[in-house]
Amino acid sequence: MASLPATRAAAAPAESAVIDPVIPGDAVASGRRHVLDLDDFTAAEIAGVLDNAAGMREVLGRDIKKVPTLRGRVIVTLFYEASTRTRVSFEEAGKILSADVINMSASASSIEKGESLLNTGLTLQAMGVDTIVVRHPHSGAPNFLARNLGRVSVINAGDGTHAHPTQALLDLYTARNHVGELAERKVVIVGDVLHSRVARSAVWGFARMGAQVTLSGPRTLLPEPFTAAGWGDATHRNGSENPLASVRVEPDLDAAIEGADLVMALRLQSERQQLGFFPSLREYIRRWQVNDARMARANPGALLMHPGPMNEGIEVSTNLAHGERSLIEEQVTNGVAIRMALLYQLAGA
Amino acid sequence: MSEWVDFRRIGRRYPPELAQPAVDCPEIQAGLFVASSENLDTAVDTGSGGADNGASPERAVMDADEIRRTLTRMHHEILERNHGAKNLLLVGIRTRGVPMAERLAGYIERSEGVAVPVAHLDINLYRDDLTERKNVLVRPTTTPVGLDGRTVVLVDDVLYTGRTVRAALDAVNDLGRPVRIQLAVMIDRGHRELPIRSDFVGKNVPTRRNERVSVQLEETDGTDAVTILQGGFH
Repeated sequence: MASLPATRAAAAPAESAVIDPVIPGDAVASGRRHVLDLDDFTAAEIAGVLDNAAGMREVLGRDIKKVPTLRGRVIVTLFYEASTRTRVSFEEAGKILSADVINMSASASSIEKGESLLNTGLTLQAMGVDTIVVRHPHSGAPNFLARNLGRVSVINAGDGTHAHPTQALLDLYTARNHVGELAERKVVIVGDVLHSRVARSAVWGFARMGAQVTLSGPRTLLPEPFTAAGWGDATHRNGSENPLASVRVEPDLDAAIEGADLVMALRLQSERQQLGFFPSLREYIRRWQVNDARMARANPGALLMHPGPMNEGIEVSTNLAHGERSLIEEQVTNGVAIRMALLYQLAGA
Repeated sequence: MSEWVDFRRIGRRYPPELAQPAVDCPEIQAGLFVASSENLDTAVDTGSGGADNGASPERAVMDADEIRRTLTRMHHEILERNHGAKNLLLVGIRTRGVPMAERLAGYIERSEGVAVPVAHLDINLYRDDLTERKNVLVRPTTTPVGLDGRTVVLVDDVLYTGRTVRAALDAVNDLGRPVRIQLAVMIDRGHRELPIRSDFVGKNVPTRRNERVSVQLEETDGTDAVTILQGGFH
């Protein structure tokens, strides 16, 4: 959860010209140029993004899904890893806001010829790109780009096992739409937390908004600091109160799910079993699959989330995934709204 | 400060150096501005303290009763111009335009017995100054009926540069195809930067550019008042 000083080096917004009055209290906390992780977002800034996403959802529901907000801006999606929903939702978000979106994948570019991440970034910057949305298998790659590119906004679309902030924001938005304010709500995140950047960002986001987060899964798939009571010191290294100090760990899912308002199942990569993280898929399904029987132990009305892509029948039962309690499709819709909100806010910073 | 210019037509006296911006007002230049007795009364009533030199920090323009009478008149004008309330859609521009539109709809319902639909319009995605300002919260635009075939009356509290209305026109275009669009504002403060005029005006108030017109409504601010605030550019 590194928060590099360079990420805060946002250009001061120009003094506004004479325009119709801005209603005080309406301005969204901004000045941000990059979105690299959630750990430098305050609760108020997160709430501001979620509020903006509500406005963007309305645009998504129109017959003509197009507003002129980002006309003339160029956004590049630079993906060094496969992705469906994240890349497409960034592209759709940019296009609805009238930005020009260019998609780059590692396999069909000079990256194949060995061009470095830095040189790729510098090339895009020299072409006048305004925003780079980057996904990379190495943790910290977006931070590296942000630190070395002076004129470009960088958005992290998932880096290694580090962070996936836009996924966490869309999870928070989806959750808030259904359970209201997240403070004191009980959220269970179950599965391969160890390798999951989604979980890392989600834990941070939910805890920051005051939710009680419990992690569950095979002990071997819960990272070391999580297995102690709470996670880390009461003070985060960036000086703020560490919201993770209140995170609970309960490997027994039947106990963890007791009284939960939200259950988030993480994708289980089957190669983890070959690597010896858990004995058999069958055991995993028996002990950690989220299904109707387990959801019955949660609060009445408890809801299921999954960041996708799903292994139906493994970490979540097909019944549940496509049932009334599932928010999975709505998460995808909200992903577009959240990314619109972020692109809008970065452009106005 | 010894030489005073008497702007009787706008019911207010300014020292010459301050009078200049008022002349900027295109309505006055074009001879369109009509000083009503209301305007003159306001200026006399609210000149704060002895030297009425236009530099007082705050002056009242309308109180709750005047706002009520003004909206009452405006709803009659809207009905008169459109021969009733048929096919009307009031579109309030967030934030203050929304309660204002709701009130106009209330007056119309009382005098015509017709419930006029009210849409809430957020224009932040249509602004032309995204890079010049801290961006502002985008709220959902909602409309109870489609815009096609309707007479849309855009409702806002203050008409100033005209840029908000320009953005609102674009937004309305994206939502449907009304047969006509009209504009109703509580305060027209001049200084237009675009060729836009209002169809229904609560009150013309000449201002200087560095003044701020604050419309407060019960629903959003807990009180009904229009005031002019001095103070720097914002």
